[in-house]
Amino acid sequence: MTTSLNTAALALGDDALVLSHRLGEWAGHAPVLEEEVALANIALDLLGQARVLLSLVGDEDELAFLREERAFRNTQLVEQPNGDFAHTIARQLYFSTYQRLLYGRLATADPRPGDEGREALRGLAAKAVKEVAYHQDHAEQWTLRLGDGTPESHDRMRTACDALWRFTGELFQPVEGVDVDWRELEADWLTSVSAVLDRATLPLPEGPRTTAWSAGAGRQGVHTESFGRMLAEMQHLHRSHPGASW
Amino acid sequence: MTAVTADSQEAYAAVFDAAVAADERIEPRDWMPEAYRATLVRQIAQHAHSEIIGMQPEANWITRAPSLRRKAILMAKVQDEAGHGLYLYSAAETLGVSRDELLDKLHSGRQKYSSIFNYPTLTWADVGAIGWLVDGAAITNQVPLCRCSYGPYARAMIRVCKEESFHQRQGYEALLALSRGTPAQHAMAQDAVDRWWWPSLMMFGPPDDESAHSAQSMAWKIKRHSNDELRQRFVDICVPQAESLGLTLPDPDLRWNEERGHYDFGVIDWTEFREVLKGNGPCNEQRITQRRRAHEEGAWVREAAAAYAAKQSDRNKGDESGKTGEATA
Repeated sequence: MTTSLNTAALALGDDALVLSHRLGEWAGHAPVLEEEVALANIALDLLGQARVLLSLVGDEDELAFLREERAFRNTQLVEQPNGDFAHTIARQLYFSTYQRLLYGRLATADPRPGDEGREALRGLAAKAVKEVAYHQDHAEQWTLRLGDGTPESHDRMRTACDALWRFTGELFQPVEGVDVDWRELEADWLTSVSAVLDRATLPLPEGPRTTAWSAGAGRQGVHTESFGRMLAEMQHLHRSHPGASW
Repeated sequence: MTAVTADSQEAYAAVFDAAVAADERIEPRDWMPEAYRATLVRQIAQHAHSEIIGMQPEANWITRAPSLRRKAILMAKVQDEAGHGLYLYSAAETLGVSRDELLDKLHSGRQKYSSIFNYPTLTWADVGAIGWLVDGAAITNQVPLCRCSYGPYARAMIRVCKEESFHQRQGYEALLALSRGTPAQHAMAQDAVDRWWWPSLMMFGPPDDESAHSAQSMAWKIKRHSNDELRQRFVDICVPQAESLGLTLPDPDLRWNEERGHYDFGVIDWTEFREVLKGNGPCNEQRITQRRRAHEEGAWVREAAAAYAAKQSDRNKGDESGKTGEATA
């Protein structure tokens, strides 16, 4: 596999792995039983995607459990703590919209039969885009309910959308090996997210979508403080028994 | 409204008794004795509550699962439990009680959940031990419920049991990997089995001569076998499985009894059982506090969903009256 496809698989795989982990933290804490099922379902889809992508690069467990924080290539958006349910939904809306548009493009890319790595990525995208369409629908429906529900839910959803807005610019930093038109992807994302927020009676957040500190940082291995704690929890058992099989 | 006379009451009861005797299913719209309904509500609610409280000890390990494969299996299992909770609350709804009412009773301590979930999951091996022993005991209890006289409960149990058997197998397989792993992993597995064995035997409930509800439930064919019969069946299944696992069960009195054709086992500490039931187990407070907190912290979300649904319904009505207006104009 070429280096650029390694970079691509690692970036997309780490996004899926880390968001899956965050969603898994909801188990037993969701606001309603149906959401226990839905959030776990999304987490499982993402974990499945992560396993396929990381396996393109190397051993999935070595990559997940033995890399240091600075070697992870996920965006900072997906590592943000769950916060309240509104924060989780805002993170889902931003990320699943991005993933749906990205996988949709990768899935319909022209086949290049000789290029196995690229074909593997295309195959993964074709399968995952169906799952991700459901994730986006789930996020959209909840954005509408929370935005256009009660005054409290409206305020919480607005706060959450504002708080995570500055992490959304990084999603469109070009990733080597991901052969899409990033500016067009970003424009489509903005159109889609704006339309959902508008229907949810929520204003489009006003602040910058990227800052000097976050522009492309996660993709370069620079993360936020809570990520180290997340990895400490995720990796401790595996690291405590070097070489063991589970 | 017509009053139900004593005569018609007796006639209904005769139809009900005949249906139960003929092993037919009682369905939601059929007449049933109030005590039968109350027994089913109590049992199905307790079962539903056990599913959702039971998510906690295992969810405790989702974020620390030692491989991605194990993490996926555990997440799927905990998700299944939430799904089982959903079917079971729905089965209870067919008896005229809402999920909200039942959750209130759980949160206020008026209804119980299985005491086994008041024990802590201290190591990764506990996830395996829960699958093998706790889910194994649950299956032993639940397979006969697939033939329970109440239709919706019996049908829910068919699906639940299929998924539970996957849970039991993954637990056994996780323990086997540990038992055959490094010495530290083997010790972890043995320690977990040592802690979960006796509480699993308690899952079948008090001995037959002390069981408050058993006789009537058996007459109604809600229950098909006695607590002690099921407990014996479970022990007989587990002993050879423990041998295959290369793990020992913590009971010096466990031995094959040729005459009975069953394993004899030691005396269960019923004092511990009653203490945990009374609320004094290691995690009773923690489990119910987490459940209440999730419910309370989620109140604004449920209120938002209800408010949005009401607005949508008003909008749809508005659309419909608008259409009617156009049509008649």
